[in-house]
Parts: sequence; structure tokens; C-alpha cells
Amino acid sequence: MSSIRFDAVSKSFGAGQVKALDDVDLAIADKEFLAIVGPSGCGKTTCLRLAAGFEFPTSGRVLVGNAEVREPGPDRAVVFQQFALFPWKTVVENIELGLRNRNMPREERRIRVMEAVELIGLNGYEGAYPHQLSGGMQQRVAIARAYVLDPQVLLMDEPFGALDAQTRVVMQEELVRLARRNPRTVLFITHGVEEAVYLADRVAIMTRRPGRLKEIVDVKSIREAEGWERYSRIEDVMDLESFVHLRTHIWRSLREEKTGAAH
Amino acid sequence: MTGALDPARRMVLGLAGLVGFFGLWALVAASGLVGKAFLPGPLEVAERLVTLLHTSFAGGTLPQHLASSLQRFSAGYLLAAAVGVPLGLLMGRFRLLDDIVSPLFDALRFIAPIAWVPFAALWFGTGFGGPVLIIFSGAFPPCLLNAYRGARQVEPRYIEAAEMLGTPTHRLILEVLLPAATPSIVAGLRIGAGLGWQSLVGAELIVASTGVGYMMVQAQSGVATATVMVGMAAIGLVGVLIDIALRALEARIHNRLERA
Repeated sequence: MSSIRFDAVSKSFGAGQVKALDDVDLAIADKEFLAIVGPSGCGKTTCLRLAAGFEFPTSGRVLVGNAEVREPGPDRAVVFQQFALFPWKTVVENIELGLRNRNMPREERRIRVMEAVELIGLNGYEGAYPHQLSGGMQQRVAIARAYVLDPQVLLMDEPFGALDAQTRVVMQEELVRLARRNPRTVLFITHGVEEAVYLADRVAIMTRRPGRLKEIVDVKSIREAEGWERYSRIEDVMDLESFVHLRTHIWRSLREEKTGAAH
Repeated sequence: MTGALDPARRMVLGLAGLVGFFGLWALVAASGLVGKAFLPGPLEVAERLVTLLHTSFAGGTLPQHLASSLQRFSAGYLLAAAVGVPLGLLMGRFRLLDDIVSPLFDALRFIAPIAWVPFAALWFGTGFGGPVLIIFSGAFPPCLLNAYRGARQVEPRYIEAAEMLGTPTHRLILEVLLPAATPSIVAGLRIGAGLGWQSLVGAELIVASTGVGYMMVQAQSGVATATVMVGMAAIGLVGVLIDIALRALEARIHNRLERA
């Protein structure tokens, strides 16, 4: 069972002066893809960092599986916005580090890495260094590095935020393919509403700081009822009336937060 | 004045400085204002240098003295690098170690290498060990400090990525902190080499029984000023060569990392 649960989580920084999260209750089910959207600085990245074990709640608990998060670990693989690949390691060396840390035998490691390389479309780049790759390719390496661990949960922090618009679309389509073929529990942070609706099973909307959970929108039931999966291209899905409707709903909810009209 | 001059002009100016220095020196020496025994002219020093290349003085030729100085230097310097760099990286990683070592280190590094001389002589003698400790005391602080700063300044996302991949501590230090801190470490190694070489010669003036410093002390007691000055020139020249070699290494490492 690889769920993520936020149990009345609050988080303050700097001796309690800045409250980033206020009493967040959120449960992400096994193999569910949940996206959090919210205005900048609303604490959505803090949620991810708490689940990763990079930060700890001021009060409340964060559970992955049934265990409280106490430190970072390979059961909760993270994909960072700025990739965070090791510049002095090749593509293969970056991907296999997590497996080496598990003391996996060399031959088994090689097979696993090659599977990941194949899956993410990195063939021919095995020996390249990150700086020789485009941003999109670098993020593929980072995703492969996370996937190869076969983690309980994947934590993705605006992974496509640093990419150009065209590359972003390609990566979004590939992630959907990957997520449907190889489902994982995913916590996905983004400020892109369309991206969230396209990728996620559910979209959680957060308020302005201090971040609270405002609303959770169920996308999956509508996606399945309206048969979005028939289309492989993102622009075809985005043209569907049901997609537009969801996007507009979330966008309005978010807009109230940005202008503060609701308060 | 601001702005860099072009390289050709800088070279001409540098040359002018050298020519001016040697000209003034030759002039003062030739004028007879200072006794010849105290200030031999540049030509005389150059002649003495050529002679010392093949003639023995104070137990060896100049190359032999230099060789034994370099031997001590290498031992002390390598020891400083071998202890300083790993300790600095560990201090950069472990707050506890940092808190324990830093105050002690901060106090010790203000004891100049020359101030270690009596202690080094008492404990390790005037042969090999004493001078090695003195050069260690000169080269150690920059090796440690730069490795420490390098490790502290590693971008947190690299450390977070390594932690989430389950990287054990020894591997995190060797495969993340060390490569990320390399530019800083190499700069420290270069500064350490300079300070080490300066400390070694100072130590030899007092404790050694061979080496360039020893040669100079022997020459001083016989008022062989030309030989003393040959020693000084040799020290300066070798120091410059060590610095050039390490600068070249530093530039190469920077070029490699810059592409990354």
C-alpha cells in the first residue's frame, strides 16, 4: 500500500513568523495521480518537500504507506524542477546511482537501467553528460532516475516548469503514457491548470498563504466517462467540452485566490 | 586605474620592471657605495649560480640542496592535503565535527609556521621530521578551509537528490561533495603549496642539515653574499614554477567544469 496522507499538517518557517501551511488534510490513494495547484508561494512545494522528508511539519503528520516520514529515501523518488542531475555523472551513472545504493548486482543493474533508458526514450544518450543535453532530455533523465527505483510514490515538483512550451507538451504526453501504463502514486506540483487537468486523477486547489486546501476536483471520473483516452494528443483533449469545463472551473477558483476576491 | 591592459603592453611593462630592477642593482653594486662583500652585482650572482650547479657547497651542489628541500616539501605538503581535504569535507557535512574542530583550528592557524620551529625541532629533530611538520603547518589551513567552504557551498538540491536516492554517507562525500567542491579544493591546494614552500625554506634556515635554507645559512656565516642570493633566487624561481604548474592544473579543471 503506497498512499500519501497529510494529517492536520501545519508548517511554519523562521521561528514561526511565516506560516506556509495551515492545517492541511489530504489523502492520496494507492496508484492515484494527484496534482496540487495554487498561487505562487501558497506552500504547494512545501507539501512535496514534507512528503520527501526534506522538511518536517511544525504540527501534524505526513504518512507514506503507513509510516511517518522521517528522512528522505528511495521509496519516495523526487523529480525536481531544476532537474538536479549530477553534472559530473553521465546519463547512465545518474540513473544507476539509486540502484548502486541498494547494492544491486552489476548485471541486474545494467538490465534495469537499460529498461529505464528504453522506457523514457534516452537511447543513444547513455554516455552523455547532463550539460550536453537539452532541458527536456535532462528532465527525462531525472524521471528515469526516479522510475528506475520502482518507488512507492513519485513526487514531482513542477517538473516541466523549466521547459519550453513545445518540449513541455511532449513531456506531458509521455508522462500520461507512462502513468497509464505503469501506474504509481504520484504527487504532482504545478501552477499550470491545463497540465493538472490533463495529467491528474484529482486536482487539489490551495488557498493563498498560509496554504490551506480549498477544493478537490475529481478529474478521473469525468475523463473516463468522456473517454479522453481515445485521444493521444494533448490539444485534442483540451478541445473537449468536458476538459474546458473543468479547466474553467479550476481557473476561476484559483483566480479568486490570486485576486483575493473570496476573502 | 581600472580596465585591463592588453597582454602585449602588460608584458612590456613587466619586462621594464625587471630590467629596471637589475639595472639599479648593477648600478648600486658598481658605484662602490656598498661594500662588494655585502652587495655583489647581478653578473657575479649569476656566475656563482652557474658554479654552484656543479660545485659542492655546504655538503652538496645547488641541485642536490634543492632536491632535498623539494623532498621535504612534498612530504609535508602531501600530508597536509591528505589530512586537510578529507577533514574539510567531513566538517562541511557534519555539523557536530565542525563545531568540535573549528575553534581549535581557528586558534592553531594563527600560529605562524615559523613559530612552530622550536616545537618541531624538539619533537621531530632537525633532519626530516621537523621541517615536514613546519611545512605541514603552513600548507594545512588553506587545504582544510577550502575543502570545508567548497562542501558547505554545494547546491542543496544535489545533496537532496543524493539523499532521496538513498546514498550512503561515504558515497555522498566521494561522489557528490568531492566533485562539487573540486574547484574550491584545487584553489586551496594551490594556496597551500605556496604557503608550504615559504614555510619550508624558513624552517631550513634554522633546523635542517641539508637543503637550500641550510646552504644559505652556511654561506651567511662565511659572508658569501653571492651564494645567499643564489639561494634566494632559487627559492623564488621554484616557488614560481610550483605556482605555474598548479595554476595550469586549476585552469584545466575549471575548463572541464565550465562546460558542465
